Amino acid sequence: MDTAATPHSNYLTDGYGLKSWLLTRDHKRIGLLYLFSVTSFFVLGALFAAVIRAELLTPAGDLVASDTYNRLFTMHGVVMVFFFLIPAIPSVLGNFLVPIMIGAKDLAFPRLNLLSWYLYTFGGMFTLWALVNGGVDTGWTFYTPYSSAFSNSSVALVIVGIFINGFSSILTGLNFIVTIHKMRAPGMTWFRMPLFVWAHYATGLIMVLGTPVIAITLVMVAAERLLHLGIFDPKLGGDPVLFQHLFWFYSHPAVYIMILPAMGVMSELVAAFSRKAIFGYKFVAFSSLAIAALGFLVWGHHMFVSSESVYSAMAFSLLSFLVAIPSAVKVFNWSATMYKGSISFEAPMLYVFGFIGLFMIGGMTGLFLAAIAVDVHVTDTYFVVAHFHYIMVGASIMMFMGGIHFWWPKIFGKLYNEFWAKVAAATIFLGFNLTFFPQFIVGYLGMPRRYHAYPPEFQLWNILSTAGATVLAVGYAMPAFYLLHSLFKGKPAPSNPWGAKGLEWETTSPPPTHNFDTPPVVTEPPYNYAK
Amino acid sequence: MSGTHSDEPSVLQHHFDNLGQQFEASSLGMWLFLVTEILFFGGLFTAYMVYRLTYPEAFAEASHHLNIVLGGTNTAVLIGSSLTMVMAVYAAQQGARNRQVLFLVLTMVLGLVFLGVKSVEYSHKFAEGLVPGPNFRFEGDAIHAQLFFSLYFVMTGLHALHMIVGIGIMAVLTVFAWRGRYTRRYHTPVEVSGLYWHFVDIVWIFLFPLLYLIDRHGAGG
Amino acid sequence: MLNNVTDPAVEDGATEREPHLVPLRVYFSVFAALMVLTALTVFAATKDLGAFNTVVALAIACMKAVLVVLYFMHVRYSTKLTWAVVAGGFFWLLLLLLMTLSDYITRGPGWLHFG
Repeated sequence: MDTAATPHSNYLTDGYGLKSWLLTRDHKRIGLLYLFSVTSFFVLGALFAAVIRAELLTPAGDLVASDTYNRLFTMHGVVMVFFFLIPAIPSVLGNFLVPIMIGAKDLAFPRLNLLSWYLYTFGGMFTLWALVNGGVDTGWTFYTPYSSAFSNSSVALVIVGIFINGFSSILTGLNFIVTIHKMRAPGMTWFRMPLFVWAHYATGLIMVLGTPVIAITLVMVAAERLLHLGIFDPKLGGDPVLFQHLFWFYSHPAVYIMILPAMGVMSELVAAFSRKAIFGYKFVAFSSLAIAALGFLVWGHHMFVSSESVYSAMAFSLLSFLVAIPSAVKVFNWSATMYKGSISFEAPMLYVFGFIGLFMIGGMTGLFLAAIAVDVHVTDTYFVVAHFHYIMVGASIMMFMGGIHFWWPKIFGKLYNEFWAKVAAATIFLGFNLTFFPQFIVGYLGMPRRYHAYPPEFQLWNILSTAGATVLAVGYAMPAFYLLHSLFKGKPAPSNPWGAKGLEWETTSPPPTHNFDTPPVVTEPPYNYAK
Repeated sequence: MSGTHSDEPSVLQHHFDNLGQQFEASSLGMWLFLVTEILFFGGLFTAYMVYRLTYPEAFAEASHHLNIVLGGTNTAVLIGSSLTMVMAVYAAQQGARNRQVLFLVLTMVLGLVFLGVKSVEYSHKFAEGLVPGPNFRFEGDAIHAQLFFSLYFVMTGLHALHMIVGIGIMAVLTVFAWRGRYTRRYHTPVEVSGLYWHFVDIVWIFLFPLLYLIDRHGAGG
Repeated sequence: MLNNVTDPAVEDGATEREPHLVPLRVYFSVFAALMVLTALTVFAATKDLGAFNTVVALAIACMKAVLVVLYFMHVRYSTKLTWAVVAGGFFWLLLLLLMTLSDYITRGPGWLHFG
């Protein structure tokens, strides 16, 4: 049902003033609190990247000192991984949409949800404090014994920040799992749920099972630094590789926390802009669970050259090949959905096309890295850097952007300028490829990561990469303008501007505080587009 | 003072449809939190496993400096506190206010006894110079014994921290129980906190044999 | 009223709260068993069973944990979902322990030895 103007009362108008936002229990408002926070951290992480790329324009390490460079790439990684990529889609879009998509009034634990945001913010404050104190130089991976015994940077502060932030993640995941089990509307069976919800369920499982392990690992490093309790100290017979096992037990599944929600967004966008039900719905649903489970069994592929046993390495290598399969299943199903669909090219769909190609490249280069023999050659080079940026930026952030655009009318009740949105999407795609494709090449040629000085023969690729980063920055900046503009001057959005299927499109834009004026009863299959 | 139906609207949160749904959500939520605690302590158990298997003699030697009597007593104390906890839940299920309060208080008391014994043990370790760091002294494989004691302090320290939180939760529950808040229809916080308490007990059930009972058949037993 | 519609709030559990009262003698029996097992584990530690000392100690600890989980934590009387969550948690811990161990026990001489 279309409404010509923003309805009288909705979650945005239900209470004004700082207190009504800072003490809210409304999952939609909490999603917006997160939107503000994660965007701020994204800008910070991007600034670090800008300095890094500026330094890498020339072969000599001449813009910043080596020690400063170490701090730059560390803080870039810490901020982007822990304070942007892990929370972005789940805490912004997941928080906002999961209850609405299953027909619930809120998440199971609204106060824990607010606490999640405060923990995230508090953790972020510690990290900013560390930054002001000079930052950390260990790499975002904090390998011991450098991080536990030798680094004289603000390791403890950052560790505390990440530890606190970890609990934010755990509570979010816990909230999603309980909500999806216990708060579905009448008729909303598991197999009628949108795949976005399945994706967030699987993500929640990873958050709950994995995050505690990095939490305790950081506690051990902090204990070693502050109390001189040697657990990873080689002088006491401690094994630094044990740190790596414990660290990667979480940090590998963490990358699936970063991509599964993006895959959830993909399913929604592909269906909406092909006007067709997702092909192989159950396969896509179960593939999310498979990725979550298998993702916990592959962490040793980060340690092929760290002196883990070669037999263990072979097992991890094989499992790493296997984990690619459910991801491929998704790509096949999305493609089959688009085949003979009625495709339109609005901005969100442009991000979909960007995702498909870039995710495939990122995923397949992951297979190269999973092969031990290849990995020995390219590990710790820019090849790896390019691989993970293809997934994290080329796929994950693309879907963050795609999702923000798709649901913007629902969240704010305003329509943004479609022309500039398309321009931004195209700019981002071009900028991204120019930034990161040369990095595959220069990495394969041997340029190590985390170095700011390199042999002159690598300079051309670095210049291309920095040029790309500039274009990418412009592309990311553009939505800030037209999206903000839409808030003030945009046309009011109808309930369902895209003609999409899903409970969120059956309520007003923006939704009322309790999500639905009348609680929904579900009788249709998901993605019930007319043939 | 038993529960009356007029209490129910105030305990049903607005986003739930009914008390059954609310209870199931709370219970599932607490279980998921306990799963995170399994993995949280699990990282320490992993480190412990690796090092004990790598340095078995040093770990055995170091373990002999722990006091089985105190450790065993603490194990019995915690098991007792789990019993008083289930009795508190049982009382809450029946809406029996005074019994609830009694058993919650007993649970707290036993928890405090545990912490008291633990502090005695810690003070012994300080006195014997068994705290890792510059003042560590050990006859024997001192280097690897420090690994044992690092893990000992982190594992039992983290466990004690969880006990302290647990006692705090029991204190809050006691106040609310005294005020008659928990009835036959609604006593979710008591049940759910009981789950947490039992979990802390289970962690100790594993810590005790792993830390205290290595190779006690030799001269050190 | 609602044809072919299942209410998840009902299908997954109760709408009302009828607490299941476990008979007190069950609690007391479990308590007694836990105390006996504690004494047993101390006793077993004083006997030289070689490599089996650790196995016995862990087995007894697992038995105690199972008793606490099933009876004190009511899992014996809980939904399948609760069982799945508990089992899943311990299973995941096992994954962490065993896969980490797989590195150490295959590193060759100079690393782990048992007993």
